[in-house]
Amino acid sequence: MTLHSLPAQNATAGPASPGKAAPRGGRRLLRQRAGRQHHAGPLTYVLLVVMAVLSIFPLYWTMVAASTDNTRVSQTPPPFLPGPNLFSNLARAWDEAAMGKAMVNSLIVAGVIALSTVLFATLAGFAFAKLRFKGRNALLTLVIGTMLVPPQLGVVPLFMMMAELGWSQQLPAVIFPTLVSAVGVFFMRQYLSEALPDELVEAGRVDGAHSLRIFFSIVLPVARPAMAVLFMITFVHAWNDFFWPFVVLDMTNPTVPVALTQLSAGYVRDQSLIMAGALLGTLPLLAMFVVFGRQIVSGIMAGAVKG
Amino acid sequence: MATSTTPALTGDEPTGPPPAGSTPRRRGALLHRLDLKGAPYAFVAPFFVVFAAFSFYPLVYTFWISLHDVELATLDVMQWVAFDNYVELWNDSRFWNALQNTITIGVISTVPQLLMALGLAHLLNYRMRGSLFFRVASLVPYATSVAAAALVFTMIFERDFGMINWALGSVGIDPVDWEADKWPAQVAISTIVIWRWTGYNALLYLAAMQAIPADRYEAASLDGASRWQQFTHVTVPGIRSTIVFTIVLSTIGATQLFGEPLIFGQGPNGVTGGADNQYQTLGLLLYEEGWKNYQMGRSATVAWAMFLLLLIVFLVQRVVQRVRSRTS
Repeated sequence: MTLHSLPAQNATAGPASPGKAAPRGGRRLLRQRAGRQHHAGPLTYVLLVVMAVLSIFPLYWTMVAASTDNTRVSQTPPPFLPGPNLFSNLARAWDEAAMGKAMVNSLIVAGVIALSTVLFATLAGFAFAKLRFKGRNALLTLVIGTMLVPPQLGVVPLFMMMAELGWSQQLPAVIFPTLVSAVGVFFMRQYLSEALPDELVEAGRVDGAHSLRIFFSIVLPVARPAMAVLFMITFVHAWNDFFWPFVVLDMTNPTVPVALTQLSAGYVRDQSLIMAGALLGTLPLLAMFVVFGRQIVSGIMAGAVKG
Repeated sequence: MATSTTPALTGDEPTGPPPAGSTPRRRGALLHRLDLKGAPYAFVAPFFVVFAAFSFYPLVYTFWISLHDVELATLDVMQWVAFDNYVELWNDSRFWNALQNTITIGVISTVPQLLMALGLAHLLNYRMRGSLFFRVASLVPYATSVAAAALVFTMIFERDFGMINWALGSVGIDPVDWEADKWPAQVAISTIVIWRWTGYNALLYLAAMQAIPADRYEAASLDGASRWQQFTHVTVPGIRSTIVFTIVLSTIGATQLFGEPLIFGQGPNGVTGGADNQYQTLGLLLYEEGWKNYQMGRSATVAWAMFLLLLIVFLVQRVVQRVRSRTS
């Protein structure tokens, strides 16, 4: 179940090459011979169910704790079934704990980062996959090498830079450093070198289209399924990013993870309020996983190093 | 603005009647060459600009700052102190403590995580009903932020009413103080990391497993290899580069560990990694020096120490690999 399970886009060629057959792009792409496919025995199912329970239980329990009140949460044995207060607790988290503002901020931050990453990564991925230029391989190696540099190490100068730009505690401070990612560039390059036939680009050239036009009318339609996946994966990362937002933002203008730290920092801990906040901050991503789980799974698997 | 812009400025398709001679064609050819040569660089430029401005330059400048005294309140006043910060860090027991914690938490979070991911990937590789459900389920922790996950696990590991201690109590084991004691705290923090990343790594392994040609398995079973031998002799070597890739990424992640211990320490204690620094990592020390003690120069020194640590780890890994390939 790799990229061939992405939504099949009817990738009709752009106006630059009328009459060309549509590439079979995403559908044909990377369909692999199944390595070895024994049928699962009962033990496999049992182990997988245990794994699924372990994966999901903490979130289920977040919901349980968020739906009771503080005294019930601290009972032994702890409650295992939801109580009646879910919506009032969520409402409290939204109002009291700045979660409302945090959700809006996170939506802006993750949305802008995901959009720009998709655009820039597709541009660069197209160049690395299909355009010939001097130093291409060296530059691609450099892109991959940058994945080994943890951004956390540059946090002191970055903080000074943002102070100088007047962006401290502002959303641009969180957005600009992550406008595009090496993972995204590499992901789009892998996809496009398989999904985009060379002849299609050549045909565009023959028709006299310049590179940017080829990009918009030929590359984008082919790249769309992978772009959608990259958008979602980037969105998840940006929504959950912790260290840098925690350093540069404060409680007057937080993203969701930053606001959550504040919830836990009080001396009198209101457990059900904390859990309501955690649940609220996770819900948008959970909804995305429920609806687009197949695409996200295939995207992560497609980005894996093979062999 | 002005309506009298020349055709050349409005784009490459001249709108007005062409001026005398073959100028438009030549200009077109020039533009075409420029486009062929220049466009690729323009397309990859955004990545390199962002990386240079927000990753590379800060990393290098971090070293420059680490040679100075800088206070958080007066960021523009930098006093040159040469390598004093490094000497102080070397003589600071908190640094060695944080380094040790980073390594131990790194090991007890990474090793079980990757082994379990390998097993999970093997299970997911069977042909079965509901495979999509199991794959998505194993990714659910990945969708949960560090902050939310750490908050939940902090409660599950709570000393007085947490679920783990309740479960331990029901089989007659005394409650454990997961926060105050060193090893329990490090185990609890590692649990958060393991929970969040096992499924993600399993999917990477699964993708690689599916790329192994089926005839290798057929050859192995013809040679009489058992299922287990097939796993160790075909599957694991077949996904070797993916395993290396995940080791590299988890190692980097482990050296940067920050959010989990911070939130596990519940606010005030979080930055110091517990009352006795029992789970303070280098990431927390970096933050404590800079944003709690207001010493940005020292904070930058910790960052460079982390960078050196990463370099050493990779050099060691390289050497080990070379020695192993020579002996085998």
